Amino acid sequence: MTLRSRRIVDRLASVMAGVCTVVLLVPLALILGYLLARGASALNLEFFTHLPAPVGESGGGMANAIVGSLTLVALAVVIGLPIGVLTGVYLAEHGRTPLGSTVRFCADVLNGVPSIVIGIYAYTLVVLPMKGFSAYAGGIALAVITLPVVARTTEEMIRLVPTSLREASLALGVPMWRTTVSVVLRTARGGILTGTMLAIARVAGETAPLIFTAFGNQYWQSGLRGPIASLPVQIYTYAISPFDDWHRQAWAGALVLMTLIATTSLSVRFLTRGKTAHGR
Amino acid sequence: MTETTPNKLEVAGLRAWFGTTRALHDIDLVLPERRVTAIIGPSGCGKSTFIRCLNRMHETVPAARVEGRVMLDGADIYAPGVDPVSIRGRVGMVFQRPNPFPTMSIFENVAAGLRLNGIRPSRDDLAGIVEQSLRQAALWDEVKDGLHASGVSISGGQQQRLCIARTLAVAPEVVLMDEPCSALDPIATTKIEALIHELREKYTIVIVTHSMQQAARVSDVTAFMYLGRLVEFGPTQKLFTTPERKETEDYITGRFG
Repeated sequence: MTLRSRRIVDRLASVMAGVCTVVLLVPLALILGYLLARGASALNLEFFTHLPAPVGESGGGMANAIVGSLTLVALAVVIGLPIGVLTGVYLAEHGRTPLGSTVRFCADVLNGVPSIVIGIYAYTLVVLPMKGFSAYAGGIALAVITLPVVARTTEEMIRLVPTSLREASLALGVPMWRTTVSVVLRTARGGILTGTMLAIARVAGETAPLIFTAFGNQYWQSGLRGPIASLPVQIYTYAISPFDDWHRQAWAGALVLMTLIATTSLSVRFLTRGKTAHGR
Repeated sequence: MTETTPNKLEVAGLRAWFGTTRALHDIDLVLPERRVTAIIGPSGCGKSTFIRCLNRMHETVPAARVEGRVMLDGADIYAPGVDPVSIRGRVGMVFQRPNPFPTMSIFENVAAGLRLNGIRPSRDDLAGIVEQSLRQAALWDEVKDGLHASGVSISGGQQQRLCIARTLAVAPEVVLMDEPCSALDPIATTKIEALIHELREKYTIVIVTHSMQQAARVSDVTAFMYLGRLVEFGPTQKLFTTPERKETEDYITGRFG
């Protein structure tokens, strides 16, 4: 290849990569822009502090759904994160055994299960025995969705921790379990948090599994054992209604949901900045 | 070394495997207390495997196996019921590549061995141990004003001395060094060698090295290994000037390896 033709190929490749990047970013920008345009006009203080207004009355907000979504995501994290991280540790340390391969395969299959199926699973397992829809059922459904993501990310991040660090710790006379917790997990923390954020972002927007589990609620929740409102379900209910006022509220809800996810994700990134091995 | 010194470690019939590959063949060796023992030999001869058997690190590799006896102050570290964790506290190790914990500061790195073992001295005591360990590792003057900087923010030679300080902080009796200078430049190497001279006063040191000059400079006794066997073992000066075995002579004169 001559120098000239190399230059042409180089230029071509750069231009193509640039075009592809733009193609990828355009939908994101369009969604964000449209959401902002439609949602911002319906946003006011009342939206954050008031319960939904009855049909025909104007005003009202989604305060219950915002709190509900936060509650459900918190439940999902409390249930899903420890199980997911421990599964990831198991896969990283004992992943080459037959049981390890089986667990990994199951996690991958679970990752591909449609979320509505997980909703039905939680319905059968929690809603039926408890004889009613509840925040617990919703939280468990969301936790099951986070599990494979957290487990596989944890596994990958632990594998990235160099053996030399593990050996350094063991050679100091530190027991294996303590090495795993204080050296390996600590070094992998940034990556695990990123994985958890991705899982949270995913479940915060889930609607289908919540319809049969958390159900929805037009009022404040009465506790974790009763039905609970959530932003996605509220957006869904409002969006398919025939009322213009509700449509505007749905847009505002979508904007709030998006902002919540983005803020959590960015703040976790900011807080853990520079504290991980990958930061260097 | 003419005077007799007590033996810190006595190795008898030591054999080691990686899966079905045999790495060590019946090694018998005694390591004198408060002396520097150098292990030399060509790459792949089992030097690293050998010293990793002395603090039970070899068995942390999957499918690795050890047979034979290693007596530390007369007690077999491979006897049933002996906790490898407690052995590693008594026999510390410095690795080939500096491996400070990247998530910890310089201070925390030195304190890591104590903290991770659940030993919680008072603030002042801990600061004292950290200072003393860094001084022993000849690093104190260079880092005393930045103890809270990341352990990986300093140069490679400083990182290696940090790793030595980290090892000394848990007060081991024996310090194993696996080619501690192979990733360092000549100036950093000189510093580590001077350090080994100082440490010899308090610790029994075993150093694996590729450099015969280094072995000659720092050690009292030298062991030459080849193909997983111990070929010759004796006072460093004698081994380098009048070796008994043909293989040793060939190696130190550069005819192979």
